[in-house]
Amino acid sequence: MSTIRLSAAEIAEKLAAGEVSSAEVTQDHLDRIAAVDGDVNAFLALDGEGALETARDVDARRAAGETLHPLAGVPIAVKDVVATEGIVTTAGSRILEGWVPPYDAFLTRRLRAAGLPILGKTNMDEFAMGSSTEHSAYGPTHNPWDLDRIPGGSGGGSAAAVGAYEAPLAIGTDTGGSIRQPAAVTGTVGVKPTYGGVSRYGLIALASSLDQAGPVTRSVLDAALLHELIGGHDPLDSTSIDAPVPPVVEAARRADVSGLRIGIVRELGGEGYQAGVRARFDEAVTLLTKAGAEIVEVSCPSFEYALSTYYLILPAEASSNLAKFDAMRYGLRVGPHGVADPSAEQVMAATREAGFGDEVKRRIIIGTYALSSGYYDAYYGSAQKVRTLIAQDFARAFEQVDVLISPTSPTTAFRLGSKLDDPMSMYLQDVATIPANLAGIPGLSLPVGVAEEDGLPVGLQVLAPAMADDRLYNVGAALERLLLEQWGAPLLSKAPELATKEATK
Amino acid sequence: MSDGISRADVAHLANLARIDLSDAELDRLTPELTVILESVAQVAAIASADVPPTSHAVPLSNVFREDVVTPGLTPEQALAGAPAVEQQRFAVPRILGEDA
Repeated sequence: MSTIRLSAAEIAEKLAAGEVSSAEVTQDHLDRIAAVDGDVNAFLALDGEGALETARDVDARRAAGETLHPLAGVPIAVKDVVATEGIVTTAGSRILEGWVPPYDAFLTRRLRAAGLPILGKTNMDEFAMGSSTEHSAYGPTHNPWDLDRIPGGSGGGSAAAVGAYEAPLAIGTDTGGSIRQPAAVTGTVGVKPTYGGVSRYGLIALASSLDQAGPVTRSVLDAALLHELIGGHDPLDSTSIDAPVPPVVEAARRADVSGLRIGIVRELGGEGYQAGVRARFDEAVTLLTKAGAEIVEVSCPSFEYALSTYYLILPAEASSNLAKFDAMRYGLRVGPHGVADPSAEQVMAATREAGFGDEVKRRIIIGTYALSSGYYDAYYGSAQKVRTLIAQDFARAFEQVDVLISPTSPTTAFRLGSKLDDPMSMYLQDVATIPANLAGIPGLSLPVGVAEEDGLPVGLQVLAPAMADDRLYNVGAALERLLLEQWGAPLLSKAPELATKEATK
Repeated sequence: MSDGISRADVAHLANLARIDLSDAELDRLTPELTVILESVAQVAAIASADVPPTSHAVPLSNVFREDVVTPGLTPEQALAGAPAVEQQRFAVPRILGEDA
């Protein structure tokens, strides 16, 4: 029997009990990828040989009686923005096509040290700019629930890989919602830890003051297990928090909301949110109330300006971070057309023209504008002040409540191509997830059902104060259990079966 | 600042950002950027002078480490992804203008 539908925790148990080998589990997932990924396009690169080698090594060490990490031998997919030594890493961009990193990101080192076979690298919007994966230079990923729809973004590849049973675990990164929004629209679980909770060393930077890596899974407990593995202090990232990882696994196993004060953010809901999204959210609130939580409505008035703030701060930081793609030390180099003996600057400009996609160009130009003299105070300076107001709103809210909840995304998955010509409407996808990035606080999205009008998954977001990541897992796991009792089976079991191609071995 | 962004502004910014935009791209990007900038300009409305700016979510003062040698990349590793290499160095196009 194939192991692809088991959770990571279940696979880990079976591996520990000797019921199955890591080589078998890894091969099951490689077979699944071969069977469905032609349609889903969740992966940009595969490393089947490397994954099987790790799996066999773990199996041998287990047989020799070695004490292993609980997730040893459980395969994983890694977003293509994370450096993986020896495995092509492109961040979804043409400018890094074929780039093989000479080093591992901090979190890649953690995965390798714990013995998790890395199946491959997942698709994403170019440099993580987007909410649909349609800005990937290598074609969009398709939502496993409906192949004509977006899987969210930027981490649509990781969410779709997990949702299509191509991997039990995946790594995502979240700058404005790139873990949580894909989780919401694919019916999977995604967590953005507290800023600084997981080292950024070896992530290809988008906006350094917002970027945060985290787990993408099918269950809250699996996310906690992966969070615990990749979290913790790293001296190579000067913004890494020098404190123990919050007790996330314990919290996921506790799953008890009785007596907890849960705040509903008035500004993150209502108008602009799809009816089916609101209905599933309201039902979840009822369940939490029945389980003994106290529901309080809170107001965060500055959130109205969060999207605007984000779309100044992010492009400003991104335009600076992406200056390193200069055609000199790595990546693409092309000469300008019809220029004999071009200068370095001409080569740079021609390379960036050829290597960057539309969305990246848009944001670099906005960022350059927002940082330019004469406009700095009005744009970037103002955005930094509003960032303070948003953090103050959160601080006031967390004086009244233990966690905040909202719909993760205002809509379910939209059709591929439907928002490509309207950047602002695409940006609105992240209206509920962005405030957490601006304030550095942790957030989790979990599936709470499907919308009646389109049968597509709806996500609920839980937010907690900085360094209180464990609260996300406690509330998330409690709600997950209540919903499972109602449904009788995980939400993903309601997704249509994907057509499979015979694996060629 | 609500007077938008002109095609010439976009061309100038693209030049500053070292992106060789085509005429067709300038035509397409200018109206898109105008919409985005008009929309984000509202931040100035509530950012009063008495609000301190936040550059970072988690305030940190200087972070130091011990001044000890740690292993780094070998020259071969560092050069492995370079578009052109010469004598164990990055080979780059000429850096001076034609009139220099």
